Amino acid sequence: MAEQLLAHRGEPLAARTAWAVRSWWLCARMWMRSMMAYRASFALNLLASLATHSLDFVVLVIMFRHTDRLGGWNLPEIAFLYATATFSLGVANMLVGSVDGLGVRIVNGSLDTMLIRPAPALSQLCAERFSLRRLGRPLQAVAVLAWSLAALDVHWTWDRVLLVPVLLVCGSVIFGAIYVGGATVQFWWGESKEIQNSFTYGGATLLHYPPTIFAKELVAGVVFGVPLAFVNWLPALHILGRPDPLGLPVAFQYASPVAAALCVAAAGLAWRAGLRAYRGTGS
Amino acid sequence: MALIELQDVRRSFTVRARTGRFSRTKREVRAVDGLSFTVEAGECVGYIGPNGAGKSTTIKMLTGILVPSSGRLRVAGVDPARERVTLARRIGVVFGQRTTLWWDLPLRDSFELARRIYRIPDRRYRENLDRCVELLDLGALLDTPVRQLSLGQRMRGDLAAALLHDPQVLYLDEPTIGLDVVSKGKVREFLREVNRDRGTTVLLTTHDLTDIEQLCDRVMVIDHGRVVYDGGLDGLHATGRSERTLVVDLAEARAPIDVAGARVVKVEGPRQWLAFPAPQSAAPIVAAVAERYPLVDLSVREPAIEDVIARMYAEVAIG
Amino acid sequence: MLNAVPAGARPPDPTAAPAASPRPDAAAALGLYAAVAHGAFRRYSTYRAATLAGTFTNTVFGIILASSFLALWQARPGLGGYDQSQAVTYIWVSQALLVTVAVWGGGFQDDVQDRFRSGDIAVDLYRPVDFQGWWLATDLGRAAFQLLVRGTGPMLVGALVFRTRLPENPLTWAFFLLSVLLAVVVSFGLRFLVSITGFWLHDSEGVRSVMLVVSMFFSGMLLPIALFPGLLGDLAPVLPWAALVKVPTDVFLERASGSGLLGALGFQLAWAAALLAAGRGAQWLATRRVVVQGG
Repeated sequence: MAEQLLAHRGEPLAARTAWAVRSWWLCARMWMRSMMAYRASFALNLLASLATHSLDFVVLVIMFRHTDRLGGWNLPEIAFLYATATFSLGVANMLVGSVDGLGVRIVNGSLDTMLIRPAPALSQLCAERFSLRRLGRPLQAVAVLAWSLAALDVHWTWDRVLLVPVLLVCGSVIFGAIYVGGATVQFWWGESKEIQNSFTYGGATLLHYPPTIFAKELVAGVVFGVPLAFVNWLPALHILGRPDPLGLPVAFQYASPVAAALCVAAAGLAWRAGLRAYRGTGS
Repeated sequence: MALIELQDVRRSFTVRARTGRFSRTKREVRAVDGLSFTVEAGECVGYIGPNGAGKSTTIKMLTGILVPSSGRLRVAGVDPARERVTLARRIGVVFGQRTTLWWDLPLRDSFELARRIYRIPDRRYRENLDRCVELLDLGALLDTPVRQLSLGQRMRGDLAAALLHDPQVLYLDEPTIGLDVVSKGKVREFLREVNRDRGTTVLLTTHDLTDIEQLCDRVMVIDHGRVVYDGGLDGLHATGRSERTLVVDLAEARAPIDVAGARVVKVEGPRQWLAFPAPQSAAPIVAAVAERYPLVDLSVREPAIEDVIARMYAEVAIG
Repeated sequence: MLNAVPAGARPPDPTAAPAASPRPDAAAALGLYAAVAHGAFRRYSTYRAATLAGTFTNTVFGIILASSFLALWQARPGLGGYDQSQAVTYIWVSQALLVTVAVWGGGFQDDVQDRFRSGDIAVDLYRPVDFQGWWLATDLGRAAFQLLVRGTGPMLVGALVFRTRLPENPLTWAFFLLSVLLAVVVSFGLRFLVSITGFWLHDSEGVRSVMLVVSMFFSGMLLPIALFPGLLGDLAPVLPWAALVKVPTDVFLERASGSGLLGALGFQLAWAAALLAAGRGAQWLATRRVVVQGG
């Protein structure tokens, strides 16, 4: 199956990917302009989105007015977790988050309209309703990250420094793959959107807190099951110099790119299987 | 050259119905059940049938959205199921009830997106756009947001958007639905132009038979997933299902006329309507009536295409 | 994200039911609203898959947040007057309330929004059935269903996985249900005001998202209000949002008893009455506006 994914209709994967990205951009740009038609609502929405997402952090700050440590981690450390998880989710949500509308598009037939265009349906779906107002979440995360990096008491070695951007990119990719993979379930079960929410929004909420406060089974589940731990927990253990509650090999702390690649491959295969099922057994 | 080719194409769906609080049963529904036909390049074919006959399943297979359960299918030289994206560049699709235009943006922007998505060379794009703008009278609308267009204007926009990449085949699903008479006329005129002058093959589904009468030389009637008629419009009348009507005005109101070869379908005072098979001559019936009844006036009415098709659907349903 | 209306949700067609003649008889009116509420209950009960998915999400969030509260209360036992099991129970009760009380918004709001989009809303104002009463009835029906399913499901999981605290006095359950009912009415009052801005604003989406922020925070959904510092801590308990989550959880955890309990319920009742009255005023203005614009 992996081979099929790589060699599709003779066209090289690189060309196909480039065309998929370009299609996404063409549609996303149209949506951006569409959304600008309602300027006042746009500003209000961006502000509201900034405020909503900041609230999660405000809650953490209030918690830390009552305690110095949560699960043994201090506020700058938790802010680092919060910022990296929120940034990754925010970027993924902005770029591909609309894919969760799949179930609705199947019901109202607009998926069919996408399938008759010579651009990948997935690109069109992900670009749907693209709007810069979704910048609220990552922007707010960047601000918290900046504060956290300044406040952290960390000995910055070159590998720790390098791991921060790697973490942000891989984290976004992992969340993106979870969005796509989760949405694919809607090909079979149209109302599963909320389940996906528990892995995306729920996942990000989980990653706001240190792994030390959760049951070991849960932590193991997000390392070996849905690999959320690779978004920020594992690399953060290395960056912040914290012991791993599961005692996994150190290699795991550098393995985010591998996890991200596996997630993308899995999501890609799932999407293809889902689309095939739709075209084979759809309405 | 056959542009569209179907050989014994079948497509079934599994329908799950809830039968009790927790029990479900699976049932197989054959939406398309052994379709075979070919459409030559340059033809304009009307594809009609009652709701649920399998029309949209056919269109979805012809556009590559759905994969047939069995049978062979070729459109514009490719297998739609396997090469959907290649096919997409060779076909144009217009859904009457669903616009593909960008709601909040000027019409021009939707065309511009089509240019990029279909990778239309600049010169060809310009020529095609100019032609569509002229024929569809879109000049004044290009900078209007789509949401401000009337239904008819939007349909014209959709038609243009579907033709900018010079498709070999144009599928139209109810292109005139909900349009006023003037808009319908414009759309039909344009489609005739596209079909005759550009040689674009057109496959049209519609409930408005005037579309068929004015555009198509060939009509296919489908019901229960099978073709029940394939031929010219005239041929429909000759299938024997079509009836002509003899309207007679008697000197006074009478009981329904009783003559061989015709039956009374309506009585209104002294006027009576007699239906008889279309291919049959009216003369013997007229003679028989005149012989026995005080005749004042009479006229013969040709069958309406709607009636013919309605009778055809009814017969298939019974048979 | 948690209030997603099941795909394909249709607004109940107000033209369908009120065929019943608008007798000025109070009993008949009550019967009609009961039928409307029952209809809404049944409608939500048909979205089985979505309900299941939503219950799952509530449970996942419950586990994550309960773990974080456990860590906080391990560091600071007795914080805000909650002991550890009370703090964890707080999370599970608030998860049960999230969709029931529609802290997040939604419920009838999505239906009203659809009717704005389709333009049917102007007609709705002139139906023989009262506009506000109609939607309140549907919202109560919806809340009843969601309390039953999306409320109890996560609660059960919470009780199995964590050490939770159930009411000691059996009467508390009755007071809790009453408090939830009042919470739904207060929440309805707030959401009704937001929805009705649609008569003046082109798009009430923005107002709604601002409301979401305020509501999630000041209801105590994210963090018990008792933990809010300074001025925030003084202000939050008197705002209407406190009626949504803070009061019902207080009742459930038996943090209020006797006159304190009556005071808490009275607080909810006062806000419910004030908001319904404000909604009525806004409805009157909207009707007038529609008249001026000629529909």
